[in-house]
Amino acid sequence: MRHRMHGRKLGRTSAHRKAMFRNQLVALFEHERIVTTLPKAKELRPLAERMVTLARTGTLANRRRVLTMVPDKAIVRKLFDEIAPRFMERPGGYTRIVRLGRRRGDGAELAIIEFVDYVLESKEHGGESGKTSLMDRARGIFGGGKKDEAAEAAPSDETPAKAEAPAEEPEAEAAPAEPEAPAEAEAAPADEQQETSEEKPAD
Amino acid sequence: MANPKRRHSHARSRKRRSHDALVPPGWSLCTSCFEPKPPHRVCPHCGSYKGRQVVEVEELD
Repeated sequence: MRHRMHGRKLGRTSAHRKAMFRNQLVALFEHERIVTTLPKAKELRPLAERMVTLARTGTLANRRRVLTMVPDKAIVRKLFDEIAPRFMERPGGYTRIVRLGRRRGDGAELAIIEFVDYVLESKEHGGESGKTSLMDRARGIFGGGKKDEAAEAAPSDETPAKAEAPAEEPEAEAAPAEPEAPAEAEAAPADEQQETSEEKPAD
Repeated sequence: MANPKRRHSHARSRKRRSHDALVPPGWSLCTSCFEPKPPHRVCPHCGSYKGRQVVEVEELD
């Protein structure tokens, strides 16, 4: 009978498992996003959320309780001073698990576990932030063939739609609209005004 | 030792296997780049999931 069975063993002894999750907690709080296997991510999530919840009430007792599972004082300091204050208004659910697909080699399903307010930083364009490069890429699409297509197809529809509902654009747009959504979310107002002001004289 | 009493026909084997067919894996279309992708997974083509850029995609030239 499988009554009251809880958790995964992950092929480890309990000490090995506990040590692994301690390491993963340190890594998650340090980098705010880690890639691991899906079962490990699912087991890690309640542990990580419990640590954040403890850290939100930043008492010394809670700090010591967290230190038993996160064996790194600098990281615990970061958790209490940087991470926990961001989630004061959020009643749990601080982390997100996104499935990546299967790993070549052993076929294990990989997943990202990250804090829900994680912002992806682009590694392209040297030291530039993800914001800039994504904006550039979105601009490239608007400024290039995309705009011509739109002008030919429906010039009257395109401009008002942009001004009214920028958030709905990714769905409404045609094929190569991939980088738009994040760029829009991050830099909507400035980008949007430029786009419309560029397009109106063109129309 | 135990041995089969009767001949095991091809039909008998094949009838047993009539329910053993494999089904192809499911797939869906990426809402960002409209490429086929595995459902409930990050799009391997553009690295987005639910309209959000989740991972950087390495460009293959």
